[in-house]
Amino acid sequence: MTAATKIAPAFDVEKIRADFPILSRQVYGKPLVYLDSGASAQKPRRVLEAMTRFAETDYANVHRGVHYLSAAATDAYEAARRTVQKFLHAGREDEIVFTKGGTEAINLVSYSFLVPRIQPGDEIVLSVMEHHSNIVPWHFLRERHGAVLKWVDVRDDGSLDVEAVDAAIGSKTKLVAITHMSNVLGTVTPLREIVVRAHAKNIPVLADGCQGAVHEIIDVQALDIDFYALTGHKIYGPTGIGALYAKRAHLKAMRPFNGGGEMIREVSRDIVTYADPPARFEAGTPPIVEAVGLAAAMDYLMALDRAAVKAHEHDLLTYARERLRDFNWLRVIGDAPGKGAIISFEAEGMHAHDLATILDREGVAVRAGHHCAQPLMERFGVASTSRASFGLYNTRADVDALVAGLSKAREILG
Amino acid sequence: MDQSLRELYQEVILDHSRHPRHFGALDNATHKADGHNPLCGDRVTIMLALDADGRVADIKFQGKGCAISQASASMMTEMLAGRTQAEAQKLMDGFLHLAKGEDAPGLSPDDREYLDVMSGISEFPMRVKCATLAWHTFKNAVDEGATAGSAT
Repeated sequence: MTAATKIAPAFDVEKIRADFPILSRQVYGKPLVYLDSGASAQKPRRVLEAMTRFAETDYANVHRGVHYLSAAATDAYEAARRTVQKFLHAGREDEIVFTKGGTEAINLVSYSFLVPRIQPGDEIVLSVMEHHSNIVPWHFLRERHGAVLKWVDVRDDGSLDVEAVDAAIGSKTKLVAITHMSNVLGTVTPLREIVVRAHAKNIPVLADGCQGAVHEIIDVQALDIDFYALTGHKIYGPTGIGALYAKRAHLKAMRPFNGGGEMIREVSRDIVTYADPPARFEAGTPPIVEAVGLAAAMDYLMALDRAAVKAHEHDLLTYARERLRDFNWLRVIGDAPGKGAIISFEAEGMHAHDLATILDREGVAVRAGHHCAQPLMERFGVASTSRASFGLYNTRADVDALVAGLSKAREILG
Repeated sequence: MDQSLRELYQEVILDHSRHPRHFGALDNATHKADGHNPLCGDRVTIMLALDADGRVADIKFQGKGCAISQASASMMTEMLAGRTQAEAQKLMDGFLHLAKGEDAPGLSPDDREYLDVMSGISEFPMRVKCATLAWHTFKNAVDEGATAGSAT
């Protein structure tokens, strides 16, 4: 036997898979094929171990005690903030506010930044492909403050026309709130161009980066974006933690959202003064262990060749689309150039939930429903879709299992 | 193939979902209610006419959703036509037990046999709501859905 000389691949998916303990389990006696990372990603052992190790050795409350462990925990928590800063290429660590997730990050901008600035008739520009977490906070402003939501449509292929965004920004616009990557279509939006157009009219931009931060390399300074929201659990980290990047000038001008411990400078019977950002926006005991886990997840990603990860995910997307083309009873929704590794589809004569149930029994986990994006469902005239969303640990074999499951579903329901 | 899948998507159920019985609007409805499962977007509207004795003289449904929700609505309307409200309640209680994989002692053998077709749903806890939507909506229609023109 001759030992073939192998060039080490830039990205070894089998090595990656070994980092994720859950991927070796079976469901219903079949190997797990996890295609629901867009809803929540699995966690590498390194994240789980970092959290356990921290809880076992360095845990206490942060910013409070003078004792040894409190200092150790505070160090770990603040180191996690610097990791997020590095991950987003933010200029300063105090531009990172920890939140309990992406939803809270967006709500923070709504309550603390926008509410004091909004007058009846003022407008918020958003796209029809936003997740409900980047819709409902603005509906609150519509209901309570008379704000107007200005919806920007997408093209039939799911791409976003920057001219349409520009056209929607008017003299009454107070914020452009746009996803970086659609959780349904996979569309990656031209964030930099949107920021340029909005800033030309002095309008700030918030990006919902819950999907985008997972798959794109984010440089908030290069983007010159005002707000970037992300969540930990989609980025191979724990639940209960997310972050908001906001420009220092915005944070300094923002009033607090939650009131409580740790966000104050001084409290008396008659007055209260607030801590500087980011502490001003982190009332109460924060998710300390989770922050450590989020940092471990980001370190895990940053240690990889992220261009190679992206190429791998793109390969999965291309392969899946090729395979699905064989099914003439299947309609893929969203075909924007440069889209990320998410495929939503509708199957003729099959409801998404029936399909997902049959796939599930084959070990294939997909999401079925409206994906918290009902305006987008309406735009494409569907009640629900099935969605396969890929993570860095998925393989072409996973795509094959999806295709086999779809054939079986067609056999049963078709 | 997975036996529980075969049971869930058996021919009777698929037939009901593809060719739903009692599907359409009921012009002389005395009671009406809309049911919605926000998780999956299933929608069903139940319309019925109660006669002077409180019997379901006529019943129809409209809706959109998965095979299970549509088949369950179709089968339910077949069962409920001609029944009194008390009988309908008994059927509903029985069905809810079966959907959870429990015994349903209150049902007659015929009713039991008919409803048994849907009992495979108990193997799919995430889908039980699809099967029970029509029944809950029927109950809402009877309890709170008297239409404007009806005398109740």
